[in-house]
Amino acid sequence: MKSVINWLKKVSKKPLFLPLVSVFLVLVINLVYDAIQGNYVFEFLKFELKEGALYGRIIDILNRGSEAAILAIGMTLVVSSSAGTDISVGSVMSLAGSLCCMLLAGFGVTHVRELGELQMPIFVGVIAGIAVAGLCGLFNGFLVAKMKIQPMVATLIFFTAGRAIGLLLTNNKMVYIHLEQFKVFGGKLWIFPTPTVIAAACILVMAIILKTTSLGMYVQSVGINPKASRIAGINSVAIILLCYVICGLFSGVAGIVATSRIYSADSNNIGLNLELDAILAVALGGNSLGGGRFNLAGSIIGAYTIQAITTTMYALGVAKAQAPVYKAIIVILIVVVQSPAVKAYFAHRKAQKEGGLAVAGRS
Amino acid sequence: MSNEVILSMRGICMTFPGVKALSNVDFTLRSGEIHALMGENGAGKSTLIKCLTGVNDFEKGEIFMGPEMRPIRNHSTLEAQKNGIATVYQEVNLCPNLSVAENLFIGREPLTKFGTINHKAMLNRARELMKKLDIQVDVTQALENYSIALQQMIAIARAVDMESKVLILDEPTSSLDDNEVEKLFKMMRALRDEGIGIIFVTHFLEQVYAVCDRITVLRNGQLVGEYEISDLPRLKLVAAMMGKDFDDLQSIKSKEDEAVSEEVLIDAKGLSHVRKIKPFDLDIHKGEVIGLTGLLGSGRSELARCIYGADKAQTGTLKVKGKETKINAPIDAMRLGMGLLPDDRKAEGIVEDLSVRENIMLAMQSLAGVVKRIPMEKQMEITKKFIDLLDIKTPSTETLVKQLSGGNQQKVIIARWLATNPDFLILDEPTRGIDVGTKTEIQKLVVDLAHQGKSVIFISSEIEEMLRTCNRLAVLRDGEKVGELTEDLSQESVMKVIAGGERS
Repeated sequence: MKSVINWLKKVSKKPLFLPLVSVFLVLVINLVYDAIQGNYVFEFLKFELKEGALYGRIIDILNRGSEAAILAIGMTLVVSSSAGTDISVGSVMSLAGSLCCMLLAGFGVTHVRELGELQMPIFVGVIAGIAVAGLCGLFNGFLVAKMKIQPMVATLIFFTAGRAIGLLLTNNKMVYIHLEQFKVFGGKLWIFPTPTVIAAACILVMAIILKTTSLGMYVQSVGINPKASRIAGINSVAIILLCYVICGLFSGVAGIVATSRIYSADSNNIGLNLELDAILAVALGGNSLGGGRFNLAGSIIGAYTIQAITTTMYALGVAKAQAPVYKAIIVILIVVVQSPAVKAYFAHRKAQKEGGLAVAGRS
Repeated sequence: MSNEVILSMRGICMTFPGVKALSNVDFTLRSGEIHALMGENGAGKSTLIKCLTGVNDFEKGEIFMGPEMRPIRNHSTLEAQKNGIATVYQEVNLCPNLSVAENLFIGREPLTKFGTINHKAMLNRARELMKKLDIQVDVTQALENYSIALQQMIAIARAVDMESKVLILDEPTSSLDDNEVEKLFKMMRALRDEGIGIIFVTHFLEQVYAVCDRITVLRNGQLVGEYEISDLPRLKLVAAMMGKDFDDLQSIKSKEDEAVSEEVLIDAKGLSHVRKIKPFDLDIHKGEVIGLTGLLGSGRSELARCIYGADKAQTGTLKVKGKETKINAPIDAMRLGMGLLPDDRKAEGIVEDLSVRENIMLAMQSLAGVVKRIPMEKQMEITKKFIDLLDIKTPSTETLVKQLSGGNQQKVIIARWLATNPDFLILDEPTRGIDVGTKTEIQKLVVDLAHQGKSVIFISSEIEEMLRTCNRLAVLRDGEKVGELTEDLSQESVMKVIAGGERS
């Protein structure tokens, strides 16, 4: 028994402990619900092959959570290096999608039904969309790193302007690309949902970069103490700029995925409120929004946790309009449990208990 | 009225983890005097002030106030204010976007009978107060429209109007020009004549002699003495601040070390940084340890930072190994084989949330560039080597550096630079706030480095330490390099140059 407690104590200090506990809690809620409903208890974990594609609640979570997970990668770097958040990612997603569709269809054209109607190869449009998102990141980064504007204020510009620029590009209309070759990004690749594959690829690329270069150390060093980093020869302006560019590029990728899902450029709705999910994912992952040390795995788990909560809500039969209320309650619980105040309280309790024991031992 | 004791602190003791900040310090303030509290950095001046104002909770000692010597103990600055002790800091703690009158009465606004603020009464009282203290401002203007000096005077006015008996001015003149300082002094004298006791903390010797009546000197958390200004000429004050007693460490520098190579490594001509350091020339030979000395704020750190590019030099030329170079940022200096250990370890030295290994590797990695990550095995090898070499006490290589003691943190930063194998190292106060054993280790290390043909700029507030390690001393005063001493290095000769013209 004692060894179990010791083990728990040790494990609970690991950085990924709380994010994983949150996932576990969501899972348990699902299990209990299924048990009460008289369903197969592990309904949640079940997946099957239907018409050559995987189906199941867990697959759905991995699929639907892709955009948030991709955004969470860039957001983690931005938060760590600049102690601020990029609130423009959702709008930049939409802008990337709009530019891509506009280039493919041509300005003012609203429907593309044949390959022959395309103005340029699909991959050129996709790359242009991602590139423009990277440019938005560069602009944000310039304002934050060079002009020393607060990140939230700097990124507020594209938060508001991004969608409007998208509407300008699409001439205020929805632009549809009814082509399988375009739908593939939001569709399926062999038996897997493509968004999941793209998210996995993005995570892998970032993981490799962090493993093989010293970017991670630079970013954390700049986030913790920019002055000391400068004295030690690190160009903190360049590092912060780079983080915003990376964040922009990943927003672009997420934007293409979201656009391809509905095979249309819907400026007003693509990526709506996703910046909040991305920021929340970083926080749920146990990363301080005050910058400094980061844990990428935590952010990714955080992103899928949010999606798991949402999916569970729908499975539980909560109406879409009311889901945010319950989501908010769960998020409050998770964030409060991780808060410094609660941690300090438990540390205090522990110290008191030990102190009390010592006194008891003496008498 | 004068000469009546209004504040008496007796036997104040205070320890911070690992450091005895104050031991048995007495302090006496009389009404109607300006009392300078002097001491080198880390002597305990601000700790003593904080004990008085309730910021620090001291362990032992008593504080008495007023003519009836009522014992008090403050737990917050608010409580101190109620007891008649007001403090004005170097940085004005007021609201810049509110009007002068609002700032004067914030938190204690005169009210109308409906409980709203009586603006008319507030303005009138503010005008009266400004007139009484001879401060020429429009009280309806926002505070930020006035110079720092005026803002400071307004802060003092606020303190005085709250019927403070004791006014503490903590480095109020640091950001003022001569003219503004004179205005401030005029006000201080006027307040003194009204019977207020003023504690004046400053680094500027000139100002002490211009305005103060009495001086209390602290060193290393201990009281050196209380003096009438006429009994303590400048040279004696400097001696009292720095301490003349040599500790029993013998000289670690042998005679043959004095021979320095002719090869010039650094040749600076007319480098300067506006407001920080006036144009200076300096050449440093290979294998030489050159000391920069002067009181704090004399520009000794600034001179070094100017060479290193931490503050980019705005004029002048710099030759490294005979080649003219331009240093725009620290990384440029590092590529030329330089390193800087900054004086403020917490603000510019350690990256506290990174591990010991990451902190040691930081400079080496930034020289290698972001793409070429130094392999983990090599990182571990280097880290372990320096942990052994410098005897860094850490549980593991992955311990966060903030969990180490100050001395070990300092060693980590020294290791960071030694790892880059520099030709030229600037050590700014490397021994401040560390225990005697580590101090000697660091001093030996400096001499060793010079033996290996590396050049070192060594900056320290302790003259003995400099005399033990340096071949040559450059002396700075008020942001200007005023002289160099190569022969006849003794406490006496150095202090004479630091203190400048003898007065009184």
